[in-house]
Amino acid sequence: MTRTHVNCTINGDEVDFLSEDGTTLLNALRDDVGLMGAKEGCGTGDCGACSIIMDERLTCSCLIFAPEAEGSTIVTVEGLADNSELHPLQQAFLENAALQCGICTPGFLVAAKALLDRNPDPTETEIRYALAGNLCRCTGYDKIIRAVQDAAEELRVNA
Amino acid sequence: MSPSSVEEATSALAANPDARVFAGATDVVPQMRSGRIDPAELIDLKGIEELSSVSDDGSKWTIGAAVATSRLTEDEAFSGEFPGLSEAAGLIGSDQIQNRSSLGGNLCNASPAADSVPAMIVNGARAVIAGPGGRRTVDVADVPTGPGQTCLQEGEIVVAIEVDHKPANTGEAYYRLIPRTEMDIAVVGAGARVTVGDDGTVTEASIALGAVAPTVVRVPDAEAALVGNRIDDDTLAAVAAAASAACSPIDDMRGTVAYRTQVAGVLAKRAVQTAAERASS
Repeated sequence: MTRTHVNCTINGDEVDFLSEDGTTLLNALRDDVGLMGAKEGCGTGDCGACSIIMDERLTCSCLIFAPEAEGSTIVTVEGLADNSELHPLQQAFLENAALQCGICTPGFLVAAKALLDRNPDPTETEIRYALAGNLCRCTGYDKIIRAVQDAAEELRVNA
Repeated sequence: MSPSSVEEATSALAANPDARVFAGATDVVPQMRSGRIDPAELIDLKGIEELSSVSDDGSKWTIGAAVATSRLTEDEAFSGEFPGLSEAAGLIGSDQIQNRSSLGGNLCNASPAADSVPAMIVNGARAVIAGPGGRRTVDVADVPTGPGQTCLQEGEIVVAIEVDHKPANTGEAYYRLIPRTEMDIAVVGAGARVTVGDDGTVTEASIALGAVAPTVVRVPDAEAALVGNRIDDDTLAAVAAAASAACSPIDDMRGTVAYRTQVAGVLAKRAVQTAAERASS
């Protein structure tokens, strides 16, 4: 495996790092870029804890090889808040107690953002399908769904 | 490496047989992690324009082998003509996976349970294969030769999937059974396509089943039961019986032999019913 120099934009900042071809983007984000928000749950694309938005598409960063990020624009959970002001999704997750252990939360937040970016007024069914790629073993999902509904409303009111 | 031409990719693959090509890597990464494969080199095919484009030349669709399935399900013209194939492609994993998974990858991973494969087969889809010796076109049905095995020779890759435009009065559908509503591997999958004449009799039929044999299988006896007949209870019962008889499934955590065999008949029948409704709409 050779090392590749990767240039990309992450949460609005131009970032470059060196990565081995077989390294996943998740590991590069955590180990080389220092962004610890995306988590490794399963490492096989089943749990969604590593979800990021890459070139406006929701993906599992554990299934992307780091060199694929060359030239891309990436949003991770660290890019949601506006400095110290939480994103409406983050605020709604807190207010609805939509998390317990928190490992899955960054993935849920990013997946929910990807949903609301393209569908500002989703039905409950649409939310459940859109979040089907994110597993939570604590909450039973209902509080997460309510949080996304509340955040969607908040974002629509302030749009 | 990320080649920009098919020739560059096939020569790199031919030069290094231990290399592995990938599109969305949704199967390659889990296989690397589980130790099933240990590629000496990774060749990203998404930078090749031909593998990343969708086109309609008036007689057929050509879908680049690496095109993300979400792009197909969002394509209204394609999904309008081939709702069954579009829905089958849309069943592969979550939204996260949909933005990476591809028809080419789903085919070449050669899982007997691959959702898009029965739907491609009933639509007569062909795989355009490129390699050091040039190009050849093979029926999608002939690409998988066993679980994880394909007809691809050393240095060959699938470049695109071709699907001819549907004839008039033709409908197709794909159903799969999983124990949850999303995010699982088919216990059984069934694809069907029928062309229905003005008098209500079937003039052409194609049925394919997934997850019930080492490869996706066509069911000629179910097709024969349809052609020349109206789609009534007797015909559907014959389709279901033929589909069940075509099964040689495994027993595993997803389902027993007996369960898979029965469900294959039920799903084949329902896929034919939906295909017939779509043929007349």
